[in-house]
Amino acid sequence: MSGNMIVCRCNDVTVEEIEALIDEGVTDIEELKRLLRIGMGPCQGRTCIPLVLSILARRTGKSPDEIPVPRARVPVRPVRVEVLVGGGDE
Amino acid sequence: MRLKYHPILRFERGKEVTIYFEGKPVKAYEGETIAMALHAAGVRVFDYSVNKNRPRGLFCAIGKCSSCLMIVNGVPNVRTCITLVEDGMRVERQKGRARLPAEAKPPEFREPKVVSADIVIIGGGPAGLMAAINAADAGAKVVLLDENPRLGGQLIKQTHKFFGKREQFAGVRGVEIARILEDEARKRENIEIFLETSAVGIFQDGEEKIVLGVRKNKELLEFRGRALVVATGAMERMIPFENNDLPGIYGAGAIQTLMNTYGVKPGDRVLIVGAGNVGLILAYQLIQAGVDVKAIVEAMPKVGGYFVHAAKVRRLGVPILTRHTILRAEGKERVERAVVAQLDDNWRLIPGTEKTFDVDVIALAVGLRPSIELLHQAGCQIKFVRELGGHVAVRDPWMETTVRGIFVAGDTAGIEEATTAMLEGKIAGIAAALRLGIANESWLKEIEKAQRDLDEFRSGPFGKHVAEGIRKLLAEVGGNA
Repeated sequence: MSGNMIVCRCNDVTVEEIEALIDEGVTDIEELKRLLRIGMGPCQGRTCIPLVLSILARRTGKSPDEIPVPRARVPVRPVRVEVLVGGGDE
Repeated sequence: MRLKYHPILRFERGKEVTIYFEGKPVKAYEGETIAMALHAAGVRVFDYSVNKNRPRGLFCAIGKCSSCLMIVNGVPNVRTCITLVEDGMRVERQKGRARLPAEAKPPEFREPKVVSADIVIIGGGPAGLMAAINAADAGAKVVLLDENPRLGGQLIKQTHKFFGKREQFAGVRGVEIARILEDEARKRENIEIFLETSAVGIFQDGEEKIVLGVRKNKELLEFRGRALVVATGAMERMIPFENNDLPGIYGAGAIQTLMNTYGVKPGDRVLIVGAGNVGLILAYQLIQAGVDVKAIVEAMPKVGGYFVHAAKVRRLGVPILTRHTILRAEGKERVERAVVAQLDDNWRLIPGTEKTFDVDVIALAVGLRPSIELLHQAGCQIKFVRELGGHVAVRDPWMETTVRGIFVAGDTAGIEEATTAMLEGKIAGIAAALRLGIANESWLKEIEKAQRDLDEFRSGPFGKHVAEGIRKLLAEVGGNA
């Protein structure tokens, strides 16, 4: 059932997949990010990160302020490569 | 379906144009976004997800999530909720991951257009507009950008009248306040406005800060200023339940965008999750738009919003089920049913209490989260403060973050109300102008006055909670509340 509970829309990551990794011992949010690609899609974590933080807090017994948010990097919005380089058709 | 009659709002639609969805003509109006035109034509599935091929549709409607990405004129990953229609536009469902074009041109770096000002303001909602107006009046040259096609932020969908003092627009509807603030901003010659322009990064270059912007998904812009005000608002929260990504499940704000900004009926029968002020006001607004609200479910043992809103909704016959949660959404490619169940005092489901509602829309009004990405990327210290809605930037009483010259205001600084966002924007705009040596000392009085107004507004039971959160932030910078 939790296979259909979507946490990250961009990369189709479910509650089940996140909980399974946490239970295997992956409790660092940057590691979860790299393994599951949460926060790395077009929305850059706007939808999923609060959910991942709460699952992580519940599963590890930590308080949410003990879990850092993953780093935000440029660009914080999807940008067409053509906007930055090349093109010249406009 | 488009709303023809509304008790409060009049929808001024632009010239009729035709866009092509999967090759078929769809009627649209200039000034509306692609997502709104498609929704009005009955289209709910906008794309199929990358790995699991799940149908997806509109969710946030303000360009923050990734649920409405489509292929527009051959270009994939276009946020259709904030991209305006153009006559003859070709729109297609995106299936799976977008592909690079087979014939890519060799890269050739572009020099972006440079726009210089004293203060760059990111976000044109109540906080950003008030920051711009006040900074401009204090003598600063201001540039303001927003990624939406309209100014006003979330005010443009608020049909209810505001509380507070007369000078804080008490008794005026949010949509009207948006119009007043927009007029004020537009008539000042020292405010330059860029709409449909996303800020994608913040950099420091000597004394100047650079905001890298992208206009209309195609033009690179470099905004330069010695101070920044970040007023990027908030993002609607999601909650985990089965099929929580099905088209027809919207953030509460998205439903307001559909029906109150663009006059598009969100659906026929709605279940609302969350009985805070947003959920309660939404129920009332849906009824105003002629939509049937089946029920409001709330996991807490009591209603979270103001009593006056709850009483109004109950009088209209909408049941509010406290200690209930949503279990799952059902439906093939869009919401057809919602199943809810009762919780016991330990938040466990009580077996046998499932109820099914035949609805085509599920509205999530389960709170907001500050949009802090730019502040975080710029190196501002971030702290988790539950009372303010999650992670926020540490800031001082003048709304300046731990990066000198970067100010914050509105929901980005902590989830609150439009009234407080306007006051914070005023403080941030004046403080930025003072920091740059542009404003004279007489403006200090205005900051102090806005601070007193904020204290007064926050003295109620809801505001006390926020005030406690702000004390935690000020403790980090050694300021006093």
